[in-house]
Formats: sequence, C-alpha cells, structure tokens
Amino acid sequence: MEVNRRELLEQAGKFLVLSGAARVAFQTMTGETPPDAEKYKAADHWWGMTVDITKCIGCGNCVKACAEENDVPEGYFRTWVERYHVSDPLQEHPQVDSPNGGMNGFPVLNYAAEGKSFFVPKLCNHCADSPCVQACPVGATFESPDGVVLVDQKYCLGCRYCVQACPYGCRYIDPRKHTVDKCTLCYHRITQGLTTACCEVCPTGARKLADFKDPKDPVHEFIRDNHVEVLKPHLATGAKVFYHDLDGVVR
Amino acid sequence: MRKTLKEAEHLIRFVVLLGVMLAAFLLIRAAIVPKSFGQYGHYRGAALEEIRARPVSFAGHATCEICHDEVAKTKNAGRHAGIACEACHGPSAGHTEDPSAHKAVKPDPATVCLHCHEANPARPKTFPQVVVKDHAGDTSCGTCHQPHSPKL
Repeated sequence: MEVNRRELLEQAGKFLVLSGAARVAFQTMTGETPPDAEKYKAADHWWGMTVDITKCIGCGNCVKACAEENDVPEGYFRTWVERYHVSDPLQEHPQVDSPNGGMNGFPVLNYAAEGKSFFVPKLCNHCADSPCVQACPVGATFESPDGVVLVDQKYCLGCRYCVQACPYGCRYIDPRKHTVDKCTLCYHRITQGLTTACCEVCPTGARKLADFKDPKDPVHEFIRDNHVEVLKPHLATGAKVFYHDLDGVVR
Repeated sequence: MRKTLKEAEHLIRFVVLLGVMLAAFLLIRAAIVPKSFGQYGHYRGAALEEIRARPVSFAGHATCEICHDEVAKTKNAGRHAGIACEACHGPSAGHTEDPSAHKAVKPDPATVCLHCHEANPARPKTFPQVVVKDHAGDTSCGTCHQPHSPKL
C-alpha cells in the first residue's frame, strides 16, 4: 500500500491528540480524585504553642506522653517541667527543681507553702529566627515551611553545634543514633489533624497547640486577652511558645 | 594570533586545568548532593515526608469517642470534661486499630488519681487537691468517686 508521508504524519498526529482527549474525558467521567485534594498544605499553617502557667499543676503527663509518643530515651527530654519557688521577691535566685524532668510529678516540699511557687513546662520554642538552624554546618536542622524546627536524622553529623547554640537547652544527642534529636511539635501528628502528644494529655489545658494562620484558632483570643511572654526575649530568637503569667524570675 | 597563543601557552594550561577542576567539582556535587536538597530551603526536602511518616501512639480523644460515645457523654458533662481519654488510659492507637488484639489500659484509681490530686503547695490554690491520708486513709479513690464523673 502506498502511503504518502504527509498523510501518515497527519493521521499519527490526529490519533495522538484524540487519544489524549479521550483519556481526559474518560477520567472526568469516572470521577478521578484530583491528586492534591487531601494533601497537607504547609503554607496554610504556622505552628506554635501556648502555655498557661496559672493552669499547670505539674502532673508530668506531658513529659511521659512525649516520651511514649516519640520514643525518647530514658534520661533525655524533649519537654520537661520545672518547679520554681520564690520566697522573697528580692532574692537573687529562685529555687528550681525538675526531678526526672517532672515525669513522675513533684515531691511535696514544705518550704513551698510560703512565697510563690509555680510550674513551668518547657520545650523547643520553634524559633522563627532560630540560632540552632543558623549554627548547623550542613543543613540537617531547619525550619519547615509551616514553622516547625525539625532535624533530618539522615543528614545530621552529630557535631553538636546546634546543642550548644540553642539558648533553651532543648536539644540532646540520642545515645542510640548519635545524632541530634528534639521536640518536633509532633509533626507527624499535627499534619494529620491531631494535636501534639503533650497537649493531648494535659489535664488542665495548660498546654495548647497553636496555629497562627488559622483565623478560628483560640490562640488569637489568648494573646489578645492575656499578657503573654516568651522565654529569654532579650535573645530575639522569634520563639513561638507563648507563656501566660510567666514570672520574671524564670530563666 | 598564533604567535599570541604560543606565547600564552602557560596561561592557557592553567585555564584549562581550572576548567577541568570546575567540571569535576560540578559532576561530583551533582552526584553527592541529595535530589531534594534546596527544595524548600537549605535542607533535604524529602526529610519532611520522612518525619511525617512516623508512627502515632496516642489516638486522640476524638477517635476514642467514635466508639465509646456513652462514656464520652458522661465525662463531658462532668468536671473531667477537658481531660483527654489517654491522659489516664495511656497511649491507645494500637487499640483503635485492632480493639481485640490490643486491650486499652484500665488505670488503678489508687495511683492515677493521686498523680494530679495529691495536695502539693506548688499547685494553683484553686485546683482541687487533697491530702489523701486525711481525706480517705487507705481507701481507694474509686470506692466513692467515679473517674468519668468524679463529683459526688
């Protein structure tokens, strides 16, 4: 059969275009789910946390839950609770204790009846202007597009620059992996619509996850109605954990 | 032109050597640097997915309430409304996935209640706390108080 080259190309071109169109038509008819419909969009979130000192009872549920959720080795803490006691407002240093990070609660101390006592839960502040991210020589720790400071376990060298750089002391070297680890704000949970392990088990609601980009999030009301502070504001780290009623004596 | 080239031979050798070194550097860099590095910033973009894929241990109270709605209703009407189920019952994600294989933990009132309600001067004054020795002696809290609706 004699086929003209031009005709052949014309036919081939028509065939390709029509089969492509047919494929799209078929998919539209059968109702294929758009690929990105259920995917988590990092640009819609800016994560942080609020801690209400007036509500914290020092039960240590948060410390225990975090250790269980994130497989934290014993003796190391991604979050911990400190108890402060101030008997005289003019004293130079408060009395601070944190037995096992507060995981099993706090023993009753007689002197705590006089003066002011309170509990301060601490964790990674997921700083917007983080000194630890700045210090990392290889880019193993970073701030995700939604504001969570994370560690890339496969890329970390274990040089410990970031452990030194963090002013809040929230990083540690995992003795099993020999890389750095820290609070991830339960990234694997919050990106699925759950809350962090520590906030989930807090019995008084002292700890609450905050999404600053969500207009319906109670954090906006919290910051508007309460006087909130961050830890070590003089270091201008852009910390995103806001404390209500944080006494000035807290380091 | 040829004369200039001949006279500049020693310089041209250096330029070519630099060019070869640059090419080698770029080749090795392309091979070693992970593909997703620089996707969102100065880090490996694939790390975000890896961290998101970690397993969950606490199911979240919304999941518990799907099956245990009666208990949830009782609890949400009482003083313990704001407390998540797993605060006392422990991590139960295994239970939500396979209820018969993983039994949820039933905590002992004698220990779990003290955790929060044992009197401690450092706690806020408005928080309900008792010196258990004076309040109940050796009796377990569960004898009088129902944990999901503790007010008598």
